[in-house]
Amino acid sequence: MTFTMEQPQTTSESEKSGPTQQTSPRADFLKVTNFNFYYGKKQALFDVNIEIPARQVTAFIGPSGCGKSTLLRNFNRMNELINGVRHEGDILLNGRSIYDKKIEVIALRRSIGMVFQKSNPFPKSIYENIVYSLRISGVRNKATLDETVERSLRGAALWEEAKDRLHESALGLSGGQMQRLCIARAIANQPEILLMDEPCSALDPIATAKVEDLIHELKRQFTIIIVTHNMQQATRCSDQTAFFYLGKLIEFDATQQIFSNPGEKQTEDYITGRFG
Amino acid sequence: METTPPEQQEGGIKEFRRRPDLFRGLCWVASVAAVAILAWIIVEITHQAWPAIKEFGFSFVATSRWLPNRETFGVLPFIVGTAVSSLIALLFALPLGLAVAIFLSEDFLPPAVRQVVRFTVEMLAAIPSVVYGLWGIYVVIPLMLKFGPWAVQTFHNTWTTPGMNGAPEVQKGIPILETLFAPPSYGNSMLTASLVLALMILPTITAISRAALVAVPGTLREGAYALGSTRWEAIFGVILPAAAPGVVAATILALGRAMGETMAIAMLIGNSSHLTSSLLAPAGTLASLLANQFGEAEGLQVSSLMFAALLLVILTLFVNIAGEVVLRYTQRQTAGIR
Amino acid sequence: MSTSTIEPPDFLDRAITSGSGARAFWSRFLTCVCISLAFLTLIPLLSIIFLLLKNGLPNLSLSALTELPPAAGMVGGGFGNAIVGTLLMVAIGLVLATPFGILSAIYINEYAPASRLSNTVRFVAKLLTGIPSIICGVFAYAVIVLPKTGWLAWIPSGFSAWAGGFALAILILPTILLTAEQALMSVPHAYREASYGLGATNFQTIWRVVLPDGLPAIMTGIMLAVARAAGETAPLIFTALFSQYWIQSFNEPTASLSVLIYNFSTTFDDHQKAMAWTASLVLVILVTVANISAQVIFRKKQ
Repeated sequence: MTFTMEQPQTTSESEKSGPTQQTSPRADFLKVTNFNFYYGKKQALFDVNIEIPARQVTAFIGPSGCGKSTLLRNFNRMNELINGVRHEGDILLNGRSIYDKKIEVIALRRSIGMVFQKSNPFPKSIYENIVYSLRISGVRNKATLDETVERSLRGAALWEEAKDRLHESALGLSGGQMQRLCIARAIANQPEILLMDEPCSALDPIATAKVEDLIHELKRQFTIIIVTHNMQQATRCSDQTAFFYLGKLIEFDATQQIFSNPGEKQTEDYITGRFG
Repeated sequence: METTPPEQQEGGIKEFRRRPDLFRGLCWVASVAAVAILAWIIVEITHQAWPAIKEFGFSFVATSRWLPNRETFGVLPFIVGTAVSSLIALLFALPLGLAVAIFLSEDFLPPAVRQVVRFTVEMLAAIPSVVYGLWGIYVVIPLMLKFGPWAVQTFHNTWTTPGMNGAPEVQKGIPILETLFAPPSYGNSMLTASLVLALMILPTITAISRAALVAVPGTLREGAYALGSTRWEAIFGVILPAAAPGVVAATILALGRAMGETMAIAMLIGNSSHLTSSLLAPAGTLASLLANQFGEAEGLQVSSLMFAALLLVILTLFVNIAGEVVLRYTQRQTAGIR
Repeated sequence: MSTSTIEPPDFLDRAITSGSGARAFWSRFLTCVCISLAFLTLIPLLSIIFLLLKNGLPNLSLSALTELPPAAGMVGGGFGNAIVGTLLMVAIGLVLATPFGILSAIYINEYAPASRLSNTVRFVAKLLTGIPSIICGVFAYAVIVLPKTGWLAWIPSGFSAWAGGFALAILILPTILLTAEQALMSVPHAYREASYGLGATNFQTIWRVVLPDGLPAIMTGIMLAVARAAGETAPLIFTALFSQYWIQSFNEPTASLSVLIYNFSTTFDDHQKAMAWTASLVLVILVTVANISAQVIFRKKQ
């Protein structure tokens, strides 16, 4: 079965997002078709079909081991770092397969930012963390780098806190600041999509609130997919929610709809806390 | 016999542990003895070296004439030899050892293959020094007897070629290289000993560097890949910098080993007390000097050898303390990353 | 679903043309270099093993293991006295070093783990592992070989098995101490608490609970020490010296495998050179057996 979102009324938002984003969001921006995924002999995803719209926040929920992170990590092909994995089916990004032979995986990953469960700043300065992806692609112009650092830190709502200590070690930041630094690092390269794998699970409530506010800001520019264990978080920051269970996509609908009037029994059991 | 269980008191086990007993005294004595041995070694060697220290003083380390039959002892050639052989060994062992450490910590090839390489490096560490010496005599010296004349011919010799108007044009050797590869070339030489030494310290560099690389959290690697790094951009940009203090510690500790390595060097370096700049000439190190001369030494020569031994102890202690300090700093650093 | 949406410029095209091909190629190239270097290290080891077998095996016989060394120009003979000497001096080293090593490991791990003395012991032990082995020989030479005067005159002087064993004891003390500490550290804390909880004294807990559980790992350390001591030449070369004969007393010069290899490797006598290879083969086998048994003991514990 295929879930398709209605074209959402977000025109006013996308207009605000500046001259570089003149395109209108499309509803099947990221399209997964008949996708199966295996770790060795163990199948982790079963025939997943989903269409994720651009410039919205899509939440993946479900109990541990349901495959939500696995699917997320397929979008930038991070799963290929593990030995013995294979997939069937296809993932289309803007109508084009990410498994296209012509696409270098390292280039794909530059177009898709990722934020991890545990913040992982490099043991370098704040500045060097952010310009890392520019440096590896050969950008040397100091002005460009400086500008990127400021834009990214502002984008991640970290500029005011970090502007006076850009050249100090990133390991001196607080947990919440580190995670926002990782978001800044992920958006430095102006990706199209931002993948977030339980970005708040290691943060306290105040830091979590800041990151959630940030997600609201970021969706003007980026298509965001967030994996979360926290159902309140899904209701607070996502536009639509996909529920996974045992490697299958059970239900995908507007967040409002999923949480108020779920179509499937399993979804209802999960969101009412009967298992999880 | 204790009648009330100690846990009933405030402080429990801790309180109980502090009670003195005979066995504890014995263990304490053994611990103090372990510390005292280092002090004893230094004091005893200094004591034995005293006549030479009094006789030569600072000129012992600053002069380069070692003439036992004239009771003239200057140890400079051996200090230089120790430094040069260790540094050349590092020059070869560091890139190679680091490459092996990266190979072992990355998944280029299946674990079984990596296990074979790891086992090999551990075997290299287990082979006795004297066997390396024997191998050097049979394998490395013949190779050097071919390489030496070639190097002299290529880097040092002046030769003539027909110039533009038929007049012979003299060509000089290559600067720096011509002094390092000056004739005559020998089989037993600084270069021979240094190459074998490089092989001997390779396991130290590999083992400690590998531990440092493996300790770099996987999340950093993931982060680098997610930003679109290639594997080697991740290694050079993120993983190696994070492991750098460990690699530095490995290098320093390997340097300490290289400076103290004795038998293979004594068998291969040629044991000359002449100070030369040529790597193809025989030389000597502090350790090889001790190995060669202690057995038949008498009188002031014994004191002088003791003085040389004292210098070697001080040098290696200094290097090892530096290595330990860096290693501790490393462990604190990597704890911070996690 | 609207198909009239204006197609945005395909950002994946930007990705393809960003020159990542060269970067990917460079990465693959470095991988090949790294693999080649790793396999390069196999060559010397294979060469050593090959030569040990090729030059050592032909002379390996019962007589090689049991007879006295051949004089220059003679054929036959062996290095039986050197094997005995090596084993004897390693044994002396173990007897001297093991009690100190284990007792101080017990002190620094069981009695006062955080005390200043314990931290000093750990640091000094690390430094002792870094002291060149020949310095152990120099020290033993100073303490035992050199003639004593005054109240120390009772110590027998001269080159002897004692001196060699003493030098090896200094050499292996830090190995035994540090591995024993690791061994004790790996004993679960719950065992100690259980023992104290049953009213055992400190000594009873250590002797009946901690030591038995840590013993295999301590044995591993001892076997590693044996491997290290057996292969060492530098500490013996001017403490035990060498002897052409069977050992008669601990107070006389004593042969060892490693010194025999050193002596024979530099002669001009072909048969003695061949014997050096055979002795090397035996020594490497001895050291490898000690190392492997250390691993086996350790694995059994896991």
